[in-house]
This record gives sequence, C-alpha cells and structure tokens, in this order.
Amino acid sequence: MKVLVAVKRVIDYNVKVRVKGDKTGVETANVKMSMNPFDEIAVEEALRLREAGTASEVIAVSMGEAKCSETIRTALAMGADRGIHVLTDLEPQPLAVAKLMKAIVEKENPELVILGKQAIDDDCSQTGQMLAALLGWSQGTFASKVVIADGTANVTREVDGGLETVALKMPVVVTTDLRLNEPRYASLPNIMKAKKKIIDQFTPEDLGVDATPRLITLQVDEPPPRIGGGKVADVAELVDKLKNEAGVI
Amino acid sequence: MAVLVIADHDNSTIKGATLNAITAAGQLGEVDVLVAGENCQAAADAAAAIQGVAKIRMADNAAYGNALAEPVSALIVSLAGDYSHIVAPHTTSGKNIAPRVAALLDVVQISDVMEIKDAKTFVRPIYAGNALATVQTQDPKMVITVRGTAFTKAEDAGGSVTIEAVEAASDPGLSSFVGADLTKSERPDLTAARIVVSGGRGLQSGDNFPLVEAVADRLGAAVGASRAAVDAGYVPNDYQVGQTGKVVAPELYVAVGISGAIQHLAGMKDSKVIVAINKDEDAPIFQVADYGLVGDLFEEMPKLAAELDKQDIKPR
Repeated sequence: MKVLVAVKRVIDYNVKVRVKGDKTGVETANVKMSMNPFDEIAVEEALRLREAGTASEVIAVSMGEAKCSETIRTALAMGADRGIHVLTDLEPQPLAVAKLMKAIVEKENPELVILGKQAIDDDCSQTGQMLAALLGWSQGTFASKVVIADGTANVTREVDGGLETVALKMPVVVTTDLRLNEPRYASLPNIMKAKKKIIDQFTPEDLGVDATPRLITLQVDEPPPRIGGGKVADVAELVDKLKNEAGVI
Repeated sequence: MAVLVIADHDNSTIKGATLNAITAAGQLGEVDVLVAGENCQAAADAAAAIQGVAKIRMADNAAYGNALAEPVSALIVSLAGDYSHIVAPHTTSGKNIAPRVAALLDVVQISDVMEIKDAKTFVRPIYAGNALATVQTQDPKMVITVRGTAFTKAEDAGGSVTIEAVEAASDPGLSSFVGADLTKSERPDLTAARIVVSGGRGLQSGDNFPLVEAVADRLGAAVGASRAAVDAGYVPNDYQVGQTGKVVAPELYVAVGISGAIQHLAGMKDSKVIVAINKDEDAPIFQVADYGLVGDLFEEMPKLAAELDKQDIKPR
C-alpha cells in the first residue's frame, strides 16, 4: 500500500508573526520557515505504517514556491521514500491544494493520504476533508489513533466532547491531531541520504488544475492589543479585585 | 436567498455553538436550520424554539445519527440549491463536515469567521489570531464556519417555527460509527462557561489537577488545560484551550501554571478578565493578565480556595 503525505512550508511555530506595514499580509522576509507541525505528525504516522509492514512506500507532496522542496527534503530526511513538488507561485489555498492532491492521487494510486488537521499559518482546517470529498473517499479527521486492517481504517478522532471512533472503508484520507504520535528527528545520516532521493516536479498546468486563489485577501490587520501586566500581592487582594473591581465573581 | 445553518446537536439537545452560528447567519439572510440526526425530534423541537429562525428542516435517518461527514455532507449538498450560504459552527463537527460540503459544491470555505462585513466579505483569524484577515470571494455560494465567541447567542426559547421533514440523501456507505469515549463532567461546558479555570504543565501531574478543580467548583467554572498538560496526559484532549483546541472567551479566565505560549493565548485572550498564577514572573501569560499573582501554585491554589470560602463566594 502506497501512502501519500502532504507537507506544507509555514512560518515556524515559535516565530511571533508581524503584520506588514501596508497590511497586505504578514512579514515573511528573514523569518524561519518549517514544516507545519501537524504535517510532521502525518509523516511520522506514514513511516510507522511502513515500518509495521502495512505501507510499502511513503511519498511526501508539497504545493507552492521553489523553497517548498526544502520541506519535502525534511520529510525525506525523516524517512519518506520520495517526493512530489507542485511548483506554483500562487498562494496554495485549500480547495486548489485539494484539487492538485487529487490529481497526484490519480497518478500514484495510494490507498491512504495523510494530512495535518490544519496548517498553522492560515488555520483553515479544510484540505483533507476537501480532498476526501473530491475523491469520493471516506475521511478520518483529527485522528489520535489509526488502525488499518482488512480494507478498513479504524480512526479514533479528537472531538469536542472527548474521543470517538469511526470505521472507514479504504481508501481513506486521514488528518492528524496532536496526540497521534510524536514525530522523530531526522538523523544526520538520513539527512545525507535524503539529498539523493528523488523529488518529481509538476506545475498545476501539467496536472490540468486551475489553482487560482478564489479567496481574495483584502487586508490583514493586527488584532487589538490586550493591555495586561497588572499584579496582585496575594490571594486576598486577588479575590477582592475580582469581586469588587472586576465584578466577575 | 436564505441561509442554511447546520445544527450541532446530540439528537436531543442543540449545542450552544449553534446559537452563535444562527446569530451570524441572521446577518446574511433568512435562516433555516438543518437538524440531521436519528430520532432527533427533540433536537428539532429545541431548534424550533430558537428566535431568529424561519424554519427547521429535519432529516431523521439512521445514517445521520452520529453526524458522520460522508452521509451528512451528501444530504447538505442535496439541499444547497435553495441557499446562498451554508453556515456551521466552528466545532469539531462543523469543521469535519463543512469543507466536504464546500468541495462537493466546488466553492471555497471561509473558516472561523469572526465578523461579517457583507455577504461576500468576512474577517477571520490567521496565525493563531496574531493577524486578522479580511477576505472576499466571488464564488456563487459560500460555506462558512463561525467562531462562537465572536457572535452573541440567539435566544433559545420563545420561538415557534415549522419543522419540515426532508428526504434522506443516498448514503455513500463509506463510514460507520464504532463508539465514543466522551468525558463525563458535572461542570459547565468549556466553550459556554462564564468562568474557566485552566491548568498547565506547572501542575506537574494529573494527580494535582484537583487543585484546579477545587477553585473551579467554588466558582461554578469549567476546567480547561494547556496543550502541554494534555500532551503529558494530565487531562483528556477535550480540555485543550488554544489555537488547535477550543477557543474560549469567558468573563473570567484563570490560568494556573500556564506559561502562555502564543498557541495558548490564541484560545483565551478575548476573555473579559484574565488571572494568571505562575511562579515565573517573566512568563508571557502575565503580559495579557489583568491580575497576575506570582507564586507557587501548590501554595496559592489551596489559599485561593480557602479565601473564596472565607469571602463566601458562590457560583452565580
């Protein structure tokens, strides 16, 4: 069974983002970029399936500008077998990415596609569900456990009230939540090995997909700042302030 | 054209976030509410009492009993022709279903909407709420999910509208429900509570969470947690407040032993009053706290519980 994993290049989760002065977006110049943390979990899950003998090959896919190949290379260093890069300077929006992924799925015929449950830049949480819809596949979103046997994926999902488990007919799209696994670090020998692994490149035109963004960003603003920093000396002052100043208890 | 709100419900009651979504939808047009479930008459009756709703469309079928995305999306697509917008709360159920609907309709989805500028223009948070994007689409229909804390709740009593039964759509037969392991609690729901008390890694163990609970129960508060506390297994996943967990905006948020990573702040910084209790006076949580108490939580939390008793503070 082939497994396809989607990896997105995003601003590193430790970076405090700043809105550009002209309000067209956030500052990305000289900012550390990394693989979306949920996608690291997706890569790890695919690798574990291969190590367990359930998966035969793990293919890492990314959409976007030339530097996305670095993110694919990170997945290869973790242990993915090969990469596919859909090269485009267009902003990769969920519906377009889902259509591009569908085209890759039709080329590669995987039985499982794993994506992060959301990207920490646009926070959309859409692409996996959209891909499942376009393919007519089942979807196991926000997964904290995946068990594959006999043509069925049993996916335990993190939901608002706790956990729920669904049985999904393969092929399936899975999106990862935080508790699915703890991703490995790439070892130095594996980073060296990854340099020799193949990354195939396509454009949206090659795949016959119109990837033009359909959601236009008119403006990006800083949220109103929160003025904090007040201190109290002890719990008596705290309770007094909450009762008499804030009036919330 | 009217707007269709997808109710989040458990077949007998309507979940609170649906009420916020109805308020948001009311800014876009006349609101119909879809209750898709199994033996869901009670939920449909509850929905019919909500103010600001034109009619309830109820699909009562075994396929919809557990809100599986595959059959429910097929149903929504079968009804979509009548509507300009399809609106769902930004809950795990809404997030699961809405993008599937959008892709089947070949339209974009706008997630976690905080403000509606006009029928095509919306404000939504990006980068864990560190930036707010105003976005617009010319797509013929729009699927949106709504941030509950950004809209008031529609009144859930006093209304009385027609419940119209709708035909089930054909079930793609891809998925089935196995079971759920839901957290049982007498405390209020995290996203609806007036007061939330959350614990972080500073608690060092799940065995110490009773320190948080003791204060929460004296205030009638919900209990939440940081990602670190959930990852470490102190409490279940559904306690998580933050960018990738739940977004809350209670009147009072008390952060106990939480350092205040931006991902956590994303989930609580719109709270009206924030209290932080942390022994590290440089912890970023103090920068957003109205009342910061620098101290060891293992000493301060029992003292706080005692002080609440002394001052005779009771849950409102």
